[in-house]
Parts: sequence; C-alpha cells; structure tokens
Amino acid sequence: MIKLIVFLPLLGFLYCAFVGSYFHDRVSQLVTTFLLTISTFLSWIIFLQYLEGANTTIIHILNWITSGSFSADWSLRVDALTATMMVVVTTVSACVHLYSVGYMNEDKSINRFMGYLSLFTFFMLMLVSSNNLLQMFFGWEGVGLSSYLLIGFWHHKDSANKAAIKAFILNRVGDFGFVLGIVGVFFIFGSINFDIIFTDAINYQNHAFNFLGLSLSTIDTLCFLLFIGAMGKSAQLGLHTWLPDAMEGPTPVSALIHAATMVTAGIFMVARMSPLFQYAEFTNLFIIFIGASTAIFAASIALTQNDIKRVIAYSTCSQLGYMFFAAGLGAYNAAIFHLMTHGFFKALLFLSAGSVIQAMKHEQDMRKMGGLFIKIPFTGTMMWIGSLAIIGFPFFSGYYSKESILENAYFSTSGMAQYAYVVGVFTALLTAFYSWRLLLMTFHGKPRATEETFNQVHESPKVMTISLAILAIGTIFSGSILADFFIGPKQEVFWNHAVVLINTAQHNIPFVQTLTIKSTVAAGILLAAMLYYYKKGLTKSLSRNFQLLYLISYNKWYVDELYNSIFVQPFFYIASIFWKKGDIYIIDEYGPNGISKLINYFSKRLSLFQSGYLYHYAFVMLGGLVIILTWFVYY
Amino acid sequence: MTSITIDHFLFLGAILFTIGVLGIFLNKKNVIIILMSVELILLAVNINFIAFSSFLGDISGQIFAMFTLTVAAAEAAIGLAILVVFFRNIGSIEVEKIRKLKG
Repeated sequence: MIKLIVFLPLLGFLYCAFVGSYFHDRVSQLVTTFLLTISTFLSWIIFLQYLEGANTTIIHILNWITSGSFSADWSLRVDALTATMMVVVTTVSACVHLYSVGYMNEDKSINRFMGYLSLFTFFMLMLVSSNNLLQMFFGWEGVGLSSYLLIGFWHHKDSANKAAIKAFILNRVGDFGFVLGIVGVFFIFGSINFDIIFTDAINYQNHAFNFLGLSLSTIDTLCFLLFIGAMGKSAQLGLHTWLPDAMEGPTPVSALIHAATMVTAGIFMVARMSPLFQYAEFTNLFIIFIGASTAIFAASIALTQNDIKRVIAYSTCSQLGYMFFAAGLGAYNAAIFHLMTHGFFKALLFLSAGSVIQAMKHEQDMRKMGGLFIKIPFTGTMMWIGSLAIIGFPFFSGYYSKESILENAYFSTSGMAQYAYVVGVFTALLTAFYSWRLLLMTFHGKPRATEETFNQVHESPKVMTISLAILAIGTIFSGSILADFFIGPKQEVFWNHAVVLINTAQHNIPFVQTLTIKSTVAAGILLAAMLYYYKKGLTKSLSRNFQLLYLISYNKWYVDELYNSIFVQPFFYIASIFWKKGDIYIIDEYGPNGISKLINYFSKRLSLFQSGYLYHYAFVMLGGLVIILTWFVYY
Repeated sequence: MTSITIDHFLFLGAILFTIGVLGIFLNKKNVIIILMSVELILLAVNINFIAFSSFLGDISGQIFAMFTLTVAAAEAAIGLAILVVFFRNIGSIEVEKIRKLKG
C-alpha cells in the first residue's frame, strides 16, 4: 500500500510522458488526478493508523549502491513523520491536480503540465519516505528539478526562464552544504542509514575535531552543513531570493511547490534528523536566529508588495521562518504541525489568489483590484478563511500551531529564544497587517479595475471551487482535530520516536502573554483596516514621510541588488575575462584554430607539388628510384 | 680496328636509357612519345642483359631479356589501349593539357 502511494504519481508521470500526447489532454488530466486521488486516500488510511501510534515500518525495494562499506538501498521508511508529510503532500497535490484541470484549461501543453505535477509529487514522496540520506538527496534534487521545470513552464516568457534558473542555482548553493553534510555523516558514522545514525548519535555527543586550530563539535558541524541545505530549499534569509521570483510559474505550481510542500522539505529534513540536531547546540542557536530573522524580514517585505502572489510568497517565507525557529528550539513536533496546517492554508491562499487572477484575466496587481467580493463571493470567503488561519484566529488551524511555536519560544530559556519570541509576536502583527491589506485591497473597497474588466469578473469553474473547498476544510479543522496528537497529551503515542520530543510537559502560557499575542494580531488587522479601508489617503502620506523605510521594504531590502553587485557582476566580469582572453585569445588561438591554420598553411605549400603534369610525376619517380638505388648500392 | 668490348655495349645501353629518360621529361607534346621512351628504357636494359649474358657466357641473361620483351609488348598494348580510351574521353593527348591530377 505504501509502495502504491509513492509510485502511483510516477505512473501518472510516465503516462503523460510516453502515452499522454497520443490521446486527448482530458485523458491525461483524468489519469493523473485519479491516480493522485487514490494515493491520497491510501495515505490518509496510513495516517489514521499512525494516529494510534503504529511502529516504524521499513519496506525494502531494491539494493541501490553497495561499494565497500558504503551501501544505500531504495527503501521506504514510514513513521508518524512520514505519514504526516505524505498526507500533506498527496492531499495538496490532489487538490492542485484537480484545480489545474480548471486553471490550465486554455493552456497549450496541459499534458506536460500534469506530467510535471505528478513527477514532482513522486519525488516529494520519495524524499519524505527515504530511509537513508542518499535517497533523500535523490528526492531533494528531484523536487528541485521539477520545481525548475514548473517555474519555467511558460518558457516563452523570458522572466520565467530567468526565475527558473535563479531558483536552480540558489538551490545549488544550499545543496553544496547538504552534500558535504551527507559525506560528513558517512565519514563519522560509517553509514547514511537513518537507523544507524540515530542510534549512534549519542556516542558522538561530545566528539570534536580540529580544523585550522579550532576545536569544532562534530555534530554541530554536520548539522550546520545539513542546515545550509535546508536553508536553500526552504528559502531562508540569505538564500531566499529565488522564492518570490518563482511566482513566475503557474499559480497551482506556486501553491503546490512553493508554499505547501517542496519549500517545507528543509523543515522536514531537520525534523527527520532531529536525533542528530538535538545535540547541535550552536547550530540550533543559528537555526533559531535565521528562522526568526527570516520571519520578520520576509513579513516586512510583504507589507508593501503589490503583486498578490508575491505577498503570499513572502508570507510563505515568513511562515517557514516560524517553523525553523520552532525546530531550532527543539519543538520539532510544533514545527511539523505548523508545516501541516501551513500546507493547507497556504495552498488555499495561493489557489484562491489563482482564482482571483483568473477572474481578473491574469491581472496580478492588487492596485487594480478591489471590491471583488460581490462578484466572486466564494473565492473571497476562501481567502478570508485562509487569512484567518494564517494570523492564528482561534479555532482555525494556524491558531494551534502558531500558538504552540510561540509557547515553546516563551518557555525556552536561552537568550536567542527570547529574541525569537519577541520577533515571533511582532511578526504576527505584520502577518495580520499584510493579510488584511491583501484582503481589503482585493475584495473590498471601491473597484479600481476598469469597468469592462470588472463586469467580466466571474466565479471559477466547479473543479477549482471544489478543490478550494477541500483545502478549506483542512484549513479549518486540521488544527483543532490533530492538535492533541501533534502537540497535545497524545503526542508521545503519536510520534512514537519518529522525531525527538524535548518539551513534553504541558505548559500554559501566562494569560498576559496570550493577551499580548491576540492584541498584536488585532492591532495588525485594525491598522490594515485603517490604512486600506477607512483612510486611504493615509498610506500615501505615510509612505512619503517614512520614505526610506517604505523603499527598503518595497525593494525587498535591496538583497537582489546586493547579490547582483557582490556575486553576479564580478562573476560576469571574471567569466568574460576567461572567455575573451582565456578561451578565445589563448586556447582557441593556439589550440584548435592554431593547428588548423598551421595545417592549412603547410597543405597549401604541399599542394604546389601536385602540378598535374605527368612528366613531373615521372621525374619524381625516377629521382626517387635513383636515390633508393644509390642507397642500396652503397649501403 | 679495335674489337668491341663490353664497354661499348654498356655505353650504348646508357645512351639509350638517357635518351628514354629525357624523352619522358622534355617531351611536352604527346603521350605516345612517353610510351615510346619507356620502350627505349626497356630496350637499354635488354641490351645490358644480353651483353652481360654474352660476355659472361651465362644464358640466363638472354632468357631474362625474352621475358622483358614479352612484358614490354603487353605493356605497350595496354598503354596504347588506355591512350585510345583517354583520347575518346578528353579529345586530346597533349601532355601540356593533361592536368587533371593537379591538387
């Protein structure tokens, strides 16, 4: 059954790749969506088994590599963590498949699109069910590949190609760390198999090695390298610039890959390796710092963006920051819980945004929207539900997970945790602000679209609204139902050693703090309402009076420009030196071109011998004969 | 009157050979002349063979000369046949105009 979950999407991809183009696109849509739906049902069945605390199952499929003491198998490891991820991946993926049937209706290469989606789902499932680091890396690169293919899906658009390449290259930076981490793990533990690493980790707790005269903790270093990989994939501060650009892809892709699943692979990896990470003290502080900083950094950018998808993209970045600092605090269960709820509500937000974009005839600029609620009430409601969840409105899913993360930060004693808590609460305000800014600018107030466009706005087709509704159910109920298992009293039974649980004691956050969190969120909403609903003139004067802050936020802290001048331009400069001086001037001149010129020169000379006159040849023959005979006679 | 020694025969052979060689190089007009020159060279060789055979009292030189004559006859026949075909194709057997081999 587990094999079916993983390999059905692959089957869907193979269908699209080899057979799909011979039949109608509708068949591809049906086949892939149907297979994914089966996969989803099966993974929910597995997940329900794990709710009661089933044991880890490992299914061996094939031997992959055996070389000396190194061995890696293809095998599927299923425990509570994998089951959770499988549920999130397949459910969101199935919804996105279904949604794409409607959204990509007018596209020319539907077959290719559905195939890529299924391929991505397969790789993601491979990633979450891997039993060793190499197989995880296979899935890791696989999702990177399909992300590249899907961002650049509309390859006739120059910007899409650029964004795809940017995502790929920035991920390479992270992957470099990840690969080093894997090699290091093999070097230290002699194996990349999870079971061996996890049981052995405690023996290396105080292990250290010398590097350039510094004594470094082994586990810290390994975890740091692995975390670099996670930073790349999960778009954390420093390696985040690819995520907003990835919005060039079709909206269902943004929902599936760049919100719900692939970008959370980093958090999954940290949680999976939690038996290792729990001993990495310095790296944990680093993770908390990066996570918290990303959360507030991305949220501060989201405040001023005008592209509806970019706002949600930065919001994703910010929520990933939340998950990371939870993981850094050792609250892996809270991180994964937030991952799950975030998967649902962020996919919902993205798909609703897609619905808006389609209704507006591919307009993404929020300044040209407004007042859409009367025209598309269903999408509007969905967006409201998603936004309520993301700000942590009581009883929506985000409420439980976010609250639990903040709670963990509050009860943690280290200074970095205090930083994370303050940042987390303040980010909650920003989150509320930009979410409501998005809602108000898009759905309420006066319509700013031209009358013609506004009158054309209509609700999306049934397939799209159905998948929105499914996700909305997940968004509303997944938190309240599953909180007991993930972070509540049943957590030890549920996790069953799948991740390390550090703070199992039930704390209750003081009432004052709860009040603070709630009131900051409320303040965020009120602020947004004030600026974008009641007194619209105020925004202009604010952006004028605080022009510096506004510009920093609007231009994304100039990170892209910074990278451009630090890395890209020097790189281009050096590359052009190597190209023009090194390659063209030296290698080409003295290498292939030089030799061919030399040969040309000599052959021209030699061809002068070929006069064509018979008596010349005869003379040469005779001369040769005389020379040879002379040589014979005298020697 | 001096008697004829082997030197005379060898001089005759050498002169014939040189005429043949020069006939090949210096001739600019006709391919047939080249063929004739080749025959001359072969004859020079034959004279050498026969002269040595006679003065050394060894018959094998004369047998060799017979072989050479046979081969020369065959060669002349084939050479002329090729020449005829060549003339049909090109329309000329002037040595100056045959430059198809020029690279």
